[in-house]
Amino acid sequence: MIKVLFFAQLKELLQCSQIELSINAPCDVDSLKQQIVNEHPNWQAHLNQNKVLAAVNQTMVDATHLINDGDEVAFFPPVTGG
Amino acid sequence: MTQMHIAVQTDDFDVAKEYAHLRENNSQDGAIVFFSGLVREMNQGHGVTGLFLEHYPSMTEKSLQNIAQQASERWPLTHIRIIHRIGQLQVSDQIVFVATSSAHRESAFASCHFIMDYLKNQAPFWKKETREEGDEWVAALEKDETALEKWQEKGEK
Repeated sequence: MIKVLFFAQLKELLQCSQIELSINAPCDVDSLKQQIVNEHPNWQAHLNQNKVLAAVNQTMVDATHLINDGDEVAFFPPVTGG
Repeated sequence: MTQMHIAVQTDDFDVAKEYAHLRENNSQDGAIVFFSGLVREMNQGHGVTGLFLEHYPSMTEKSLQNIAQQASERWPLTHIRIIHRIGQLQVSDQIVFVATSSAHRESAFASCHFIMDYLKNQAPFWKKETREEGDEWVAALEKDETALEKWQEKGEK
């Protein structure tokens, strides 16, 4: 099982802050997105926006990063702090 | 060894106290540079009455720590202090404080600028503005993204 978190505008658009799911590890970030969209078809447009960023175990990663069982994954819009 | 202090908090901070911390028992530094960011009443053409700052709790400090670490490897710094506020803020409130101290001003100026540029691009904070016409998430600006290019081109010391 992995935990997937959503933040800020993405969390509001999906109306969801967190899901848990089983993956065929290791799978990359893009495949995970695809799996989530398969389970939640109405999330496709929001999750596949090319500006959505990903973090694995609290570190930002790119789309080819491999995810293992037990990882914490997060998807969020470009950051706007400071 | 750079001494680092990183805090993510709802409480306000006192710049005078932060400055005093940087000077405490410090006879080796000749320069302290700090930046403070504030909530302003106009942003991207909209009137703003307040700001809500969301963050990714388990990642935020780790990300700031990582940025501070990169700065300490790039410049000879004695102190790095970073404070970022979260939660509900009002117009003219303080949002962020970044300070660096070093023997010489060049390192202090450059590292403070570097930390702010990376914080803007990599630290997981999101601003939601309270506007007269309703609340709206702040859009990321391209200028913040391109700001990192100058640090990637030069091997500044």
